[in-house]
Amino acid sequence: MAKIIYIEHNGKEHVAEVQNGLTVMEGAVQNDIPGIDADCGGSMSCATCHVYVKEDWHDKLPKKEMGEDDMLDQAFEPTSKSRLSCQIMVSDNLDGLSVYIPEKQV
Amino acid sequence: MIKTDVVIIGAGPTGLFCAHQLGIIGLKCEIVDNLDKIGGQCIELYPDKPIYDIPAVPECTGEELTNNLIKQIKPFNFNFHLNDRVQELTNENDNWIVKTTSGKKFKTPNVVIAGGVGSFEPRKFPTKSAEKFDGTSVLYSIKDKTIFKDKSVAIFGGGDSALDWAIELSNTSKVSLIHRRDEFRGAPASVQKIKELSEKNIINLFTKYSIKDVKGNGTLEEVEIKSEEGESKILKADYVLGFFGLIMQLGPIAEWGLNLDKKVIPVNTENFETNKKGIFAIGDICTYPGKLKLILSGFHEGALAARGCFKYARPNEKYRFEFTTASNTIKDRLGVK
Repeated sequence: MAKIIYIEHNGKEHVAEVQNGLTVMEGAVQNDIPGIDADCGGSMSCATCHVYVKEDWHDKLPKKEMGEDDMLDQAFEPTSKSRLSCQIMVSDNLDGLSVYIPEKQV
Repeated sequence: MIKTDVVIIGAGPTGLFCAHQLGIIGLKCEIVDNLDKIGGQCIELYPDKPIYDIPAVPECTGEELTNNLIKQIKPFNFNFHLNDRVQELTNENDNWIVKTTSGKKFKTPNVVIAGGVGSFEPRKFPTKSAEKFDGTSVLYSIKDKTIFKDKSVAIFGGGDSALDWAIELSNTSKVSLIHRRDEFRGAPASVQKIKELSEKNIINLFTKYSIKDVKGNGTLEEVEIKSEEGESKILKADYVLGFFGLIMQLGPIAEWGLNLDKKVIPVNTENFETNKKGIFAIGDICTYPGKLKLILSGFHEGALAARGCFKYARPNEKYRFEFTTASNTIKDRLGVK
């Protein structure tokens, strides 16, 4: 179980307790956190669960798998801190992870 | 005006199998899809990815699944209307009048929405200023490449479309290629070619840059690009092209007066009808308690929706359930002995 902090584009914070083994995307969807669409349902084929990982967390996350950056090319205003939240698996180590939700997903 | 028993919106696996079920029970249908090919997400998003959860098919790709479904409905000779999108649904007595963007009109008692998560549209630039030039000098697809001759063209993107067009247009235009990172997802041979053209100064290559603004008084004159560090550059541009793939948009479906739960349509699980009589929703676009977004669920939903359509298409007949193994009527429809 980890506490994940989702920060909307307008600054509104949502804190969710997310079970280990779920993804950061699923944590958002299950807790009705707005701004993460996840159209494809987590199969890494749509880039609508795009988040910016908070600076100090970015390097602590497991590296991107093949294909994630290719999808991120198609996200709304991607940066070097961009991730697809469906590809970040929650574990105890991620307790306190903060992610910023972009202004929009497409 | 085309009269039919059912209009199916969406030629993905769910729409295709629903068409099969309609053919089996003796109904006619017309299938409309926004993409230029049959197969929906299976073809557009993952043609080569293996799928492992189609019953009795241990492994197949999206393309194989699509080809088999096309083969399965071939005996019925249903019409496909590709590259077209249903824009408007209006009620007329016991029928729906269905209008598409290309101007086609259908009259039908039943509409089956098998639209996945909506229609595929090109992803657009995030910059507000680009909207002003959308369709004239800011483009997301190319219909006539001759318009770029001797012009300055700024191409954004890192996939095959961006690379292929950059290479092609560099013969006759002054091309800049801008991509947000150093790596490209396009074919290695194209990436190599781009690097060669860049070294020979035939293409201006800008990596780790993205669009900031487009400027021009009436006509487009320049495009401003920015690095993540905030450094910006101004490039002269008569045309700006964006190739960021496709995104699924609910589009006009949202305006048909259907109940919506976020981006999906609640249905009953008896025949998958929506809150509107004669409008059914199946596959990823429908929701009900326990809904799974699996292709196999879409097949089941399509089979039941087809029976739901029968009631409105043949109000004076009683639907009789038959097996394909035993029914001569069905065998006739399939053209088998």
